[in-house]
Amino acid sequence: MYYSRQLMDLLEYQGKQLFARHGIPVSPGRAVRTVEEAVAAADEIGYPCVVKAQVQIGGRGKAGGIKLADDRDEVRRHASAILGMDIRGLIVKEVWIELASDIASEYYASIVFDRSAKAPLVMLSTKGGMDIEAVADEDPDAIAKLHVDPLLGFQPFHGRRLAFEAGVDEDVVRPVGAMLSKLYDAFVAEEATLVEVNPLIVTPERVVRALDAKVTLDGNALFRHPENAELRDPSAEDEQERMAHERGLTYVKLDGDIGILGNGAGLVMSTLDVVALAGGRPANFLDAGGGSKAEAIASAVEVILSDPKVKAVLFNIFGGITRCDEVARGLIEAFAQVKPEVPFVVRLDGTNDVEGRRLLAEANLPNVFAESTMDGAAKKVVELAAGS
Amino acid sequence: MSILVGKHTRLCVSGITGREGSFHTLRNREYGTQVVSGVTPGKGGQSVEGIPVFNTFHDAVDRTGANTAMIFVPPVFAADSILEAEDAGIELIIAITEGIPAHDELRTYSVIKKNGRARLVGPNCPGILSPGRANVGIIPAGFFKEGNVGLVSRSGTLTYQIGNELAQRGFGNSTIVGIGGDPVPGTDFIDVIGLLEDDPETDLIVMCGEIGGDAEERAAEFIAAHVTKPVLAYIAGFTAPPGKTMGHAGAIVSGSRGTAVAKAEALEAKGVRVGRTPTQVAEVAVSLLGAAA
Repeated sequence: MYYSRQLMDLLEYQGKQLFARHGIPVSPGRAVRTVEEAVAAADEIGYPCVVKAQVQIGGRGKAGGIKLADDRDEVRRHASAILGMDIRGLIVKEVWIELASDIASEYYASIVFDRSAKAPLVMLSTKGGMDIEAVADEDPDAIAKLHVDPLLGFQPFHGRRLAFEAGVDEDVVRPVGAMLSKLYDAFVAEEATLVEVNPLIVTPERVVRALDAKVTLDGNALFRHPENAELRDPSAEDEQERMAHERGLTYVKLDGDIGILGNGAGLVMSTLDVVALAGGRPANFLDAGGGSKAEAIASAVEVILSDPKVKAVLFNIFGGITRCDEVARGLIEAFAQVKPEVPFVVRLDGTNDVEGRRLLAEANLPNVFAESTMDGAAKKVVELAAGS
Repeated sequence: MSILVGKHTRLCVSGITGREGSFHTLRNREYGTQVVSGVTPGKGGQSVEGIPVFNTFHDAVDRTGANTAMIFVPPVFAADSILEAEDAGIELIIAITEGIPAHDELRTYSVIKKNGRARLVGPNCPGILSPGRANVGIIPAGFFKEGNVGLVSRSGTLTYQIGNELAQRGFGNSTIVGIGGDPVPGTDFIDVIGLLEDDPETDLIVMCGEIGGDAEERAAEFIAAHVTKPVLAYIAGFTAPPGKTMGHAGAIVSGSRGTAVAKAEALEAKGVRVGRTPTQVAEVAVSLLGAAA
């Protein structure tokens, strides 16, 4: 489902390190977190070099997050400016120092999991180094596309077809095809849902190299890739999201003041919509998942309440595999542990709903309101959030 | 009639000896589903409340004539179990397991499609319920009764919510199909909508989608071209922020933004009514079919 499937976006340097493991040519570089480390890395790699902010957002260059440095002083100056920089809400905590490349041509290459065709889609264009969505809008023929049968895999002829169709310089058809082949190997071996290289460069010496790397990994496959499971992005870690992740909950932070807990991604999304239609603003998306036990519910309540903006909380449960009596026990347990100061609206329907409602009524928790319908529960929680 | 599961279903459950697997298998049997066997490698010869357990799907098919499989094993074993069921000649494979790696799903889907012998529903789905006939999966059957509304959904709990709202207004269901929300569903909206169109007991088709992908947009095209029965839709995620996706390749693949608004517009453009809340869907159903029962 949209939120329940955890995708893991890698930073540029993590993607390049992954590329290097699969023999995809990248420039030598090092990831650092301080200005001193940046200078030492540049001395080791050589000049000129590029100082690149490591955040998962486009437009790093325009924001001043990518700078060329000819000598040690420039590395110092750029690293000082970029470390700690705010690029559209993300604070730069790491920079990647990389040997500068001479560029003759800039291409674009990607492999994406095409849900519609149910096959990997490989794309290649000679219009690299720019916004590929704009290229797709203005000049769709400039992007050569090819679906690969997953049972056959990427063959050398696929690479040649794409390279000729995209119109890459004839002398690099073979190395560009080879790079696509290795990107496909990495896509399959690392169980990625996206690998994107923009730009893929050709140097004046006619060497082909990945100058950028965007890689998204499938969180469901990380059990087979312990080395990837260790990768972290310190700039993107939100306190509640980290807490939820550690507890195995699917949580996305939003900017409102109504905490939401439901079971099943679809029902939680629907709950956000119904709360918004009632005039409220959800503080989070939290899917407690199927078959949640009392401890998981108590743990989820802690995550929701750790966001200081939350003024009221809505539980919307339709039990299938989840049992409403377990949810009620979890809420009672949570109240014993955390003593919430904000009101709760609880709507329990489905498996063992009568028992769940009975447990809640008996526990007589302070400031907990039972509602029987989803719309009624949404209206009530919006009212409570506005009133507190 | 009903679609996919019914009185003809002869169910074999992979993972029948697990805690969740045995719980739901027995619930399905209690509902009236013909549960003929189970598969757990190494536990062949045992039984679960009288249901014989085999080591392989091939044995289960040979000995008990199973034609439908339900997959309940953990994600790490699920793709293998689906492929085994297909290899053994099972016609309908319903995969409940959540969290199967996307590349496993892709490989499994491709093999099933290439061989053309079996239909896969799911993975990561609540199963299929034909009220009064058979229940295969985890749908809480007590909330639903026999009727003329066919329901197809990417989300489990949302299916229950909408099904319950319909039931409160007197509507029953011909068949409820959870197709699951994973990147590579074995069966799509259009497959199920096509089956419901051909099912004489279905008078109204309700589809329940959510943001991401373009399955709803493709369903809109299919409905316009092939469906004569009224179709009513619900899309979850109007206010969900776009997922934190990186890179731009995804957005240029299908040309669809995958948002709830884009999906609702695509459906409405083809004459499909879209309810903004589950309650509204049920209210529109009343206006289309008249107050039932």
